[in-house]
Amino acid sequence: MPESVLFWIMGPLAVIAAIGMLLVKKAVHSALLLAWVMITLAFFYIAQGALFLGIVQIVVYTGAVMMLFLFILMLVGVDASDSLTETIRGLRPIAITAAIGFGGLMVSLIGRATLGRESVGLDQANAAGNVEGLAYQLFSTYVFPFEAVSALLITAAMGAMVLAHHQREVPRSTQRDLSEQRFRSGSLATAAGLPGPGVFARHNAVDVPALLPDGTPAPASISETLRARGDMRDSSQFQLDQVNTEVKDEK
Amino acid sequence: MSNAEIIATDPGWIILVKGLLVFATCVVLTLLAIWAERRIVARMQERPGPNRVGPLGLLQSLSDGVKLALKEDLIPAAADKIIFVLAPIISATTCFMAFAVIPVTGQVSLFGHQTVMQMTDIPVGVLYVLAVASVGVYGIVLAGWSSGSTYPLLGGLRSSAQVISYEVAMGLSLVSVFIYSGSMSTSDIVAAQSQWWYAVVLFPSFVIYAISMVGETNRAPFDLAEAEGELVGGFHTEYSSLKFALFFLAEYVNIVGVSALATTLFLGGYHAPPGLGFTESWLGGWFTAIWFFAKVAAFFFLFVWLRGTLPRMRYDQFMQFGWKVLIPVSLFWILTVATLRLLSQQGTSRTGLLIVSGVVIAIIMFVNIAFDNAKQKKKNTPRPTLSKPDFAVPELPNKGSDRV
Repeated sequence: MPESVLFWIMGPLAVIAAIGMLLVKKAVHSALLLAWVMITLAFFYIAQGALFLGIVQIVVYTGAVMMLFLFILMLVGVDASDSLTETIRGLRPIAITAAIGFGGLMVSLIGRATLGRESVGLDQANAAGNVEGLAYQLFSTYVFPFEAVSALLITAAMGAMVLAHHQREVPRSTQRDLSEQRFRSGSLATAAGLPGPGVFARHNAVDVPALLPDGTPAPASISETLRARGDMRDSSQFQLDQVNTEVKDEK
Repeated sequence: MSNAEIIATDPGWIILVKGLLVFATCVVLTLLAIWAERRIVARMQERPGPNRVGPLGLLQSLSDGVKLALKEDLIPAAADKIIFVLAPIISATTCFMAFAVIPVTGQVSLFGHQTVMQMTDIPVGVLYVLAVASVGVYGIVLAGWSSGSTYPLLGGLRSSAQVISYEVAMGLSLVSVFIYSGSMSTSDIVAAQSQWWYAVVLFPSFVIYAISMVGETNRAPFDLAEAEGELVGGFHTEYSSLKFALFFLAEYVNIVGVSALATTLFLGGYHAPPGLGFTESWLGGWFTAIWFFAKVAAFFFLFVWLRGTLPRMRYDQFMQFGWKVLIPVSLFWILTVATLRLLSQQGTSRTGLLIVSGVVIAIIMFVNIAFDNAKQKKKNTPRPTLSKPDFAVPELPNKGSDRV
């Protein structure tokens, strides 16, 4: 009885979240709804007596896999949402028809599938304890598939590492190297680091160069990125003798 | 009778009372913890710390809380509103959930009903704590993302990478406890430590857990997700008023939570220290709660001590430490523990166990010497002079590289 109450509350929530996952525009919202679907699945597992499976579902899928998903999605930015324009005309109706057809096929097939043997029942399966029973199955009957899957996962991880790997020609310079380089290169002017933007200037924005003690602007104080983008203001207008220092009458 | 059987006889209202007690204890502990942290850090820095509000400044956190609640609640224009509000709620709700499986006392009488101060005793209790903690991180990550500005985003990114890495180390450090106690239920693990605490038997696991619990709770020296020197406030930069208070609450409840788990797994839980076992029956068994909270307080003091002593680690060093030191060490340790456990279960003689231990120690010494040699060699090789390339070209993949 409590199980069916749980089912009729959590089930619709899970389905709504699953549909919402397909329909929302922002990728992070999709990921969150998917995480919620996984948590509800864990609730169902626990309600049906598979305590270990339910908890591991949360630890592994919600805690690790979805977190990695989010990690990547967050790099996309808050305002990024999927483009919904059709690049190939008529793709959407075809895709929807195919998805419904495939879904119907799967439901009808799986709905009629049988296990090929009688189920033994939860009490017998959990006779030695839920964790112990699962461990016994994994390391006796299913030891080969289990090891094969773990080998597959390790291969996938190795593959990802190989793809992302690049060889350095020179070792990455350490903090010490950089410090030595600053002191041993020709001048000591930048040994203490470059000036920050806007120092002693009339504005402290990042695109305003710092002023040197003699009032001349220091273009080196602006980030390389801003300079490359052309976002840097013309530095001569910030030179002290160019700036209008006359104080106007206040109203 | 085992804890699970005792708890199964609890009527509904006892469970409700226990739930309320967990909540009240956590909130009061948070207020006390903030006060204690400020006082202890102040003492370490040779200043008095908060001492005006109430006796010894005890009511300082309470007045700070009231002040926080009365502040204006801001939501940035660039924020994702739903998630911005949801994030502190996730943080503050999940942090309490871990306490459901922590046994705080032995058998006591609560309003005339014989029970133990533990809400539920499930066979995978410790995994449940890990699961709840991993959901709690969503709060931090989503707060960072939804704020819609750079510093919180960086804080959220750091936090997600950090927590995934340190949760692996934490999980691995727990495996040897499971192997030795033969159970993942918190009450069974406490019962298995009646003779020897696992902090002694499984000392390396204890050290790894203690390090990774600091990483898991984003505390100094691992507080890279907040890093006020670099990221303003990290993930909670844009938060104010009650939402910020919820994050603050979650942080301290989490500290108490991981400390309580460490107490349960490594310091014998609610049991008295060796030699003081007679105290466990005092006050009708309630004295065990005092032992439990004393151990939790000791862990909390460790947290504060670390914060007062160590500078914040650099992010890449921190990740390197997690993946290249903590995880391999814990894997090696699990291998050793499993081997010794299997041998002793199969009734191998004492000499056999000693030989295996000797081999393990020999391997550790060999690896250590090899590391030292490699370090020396690297130190002695002259560094190549660095020169800037004339123009920007991508590096050729297979050009002779001197380090991979």
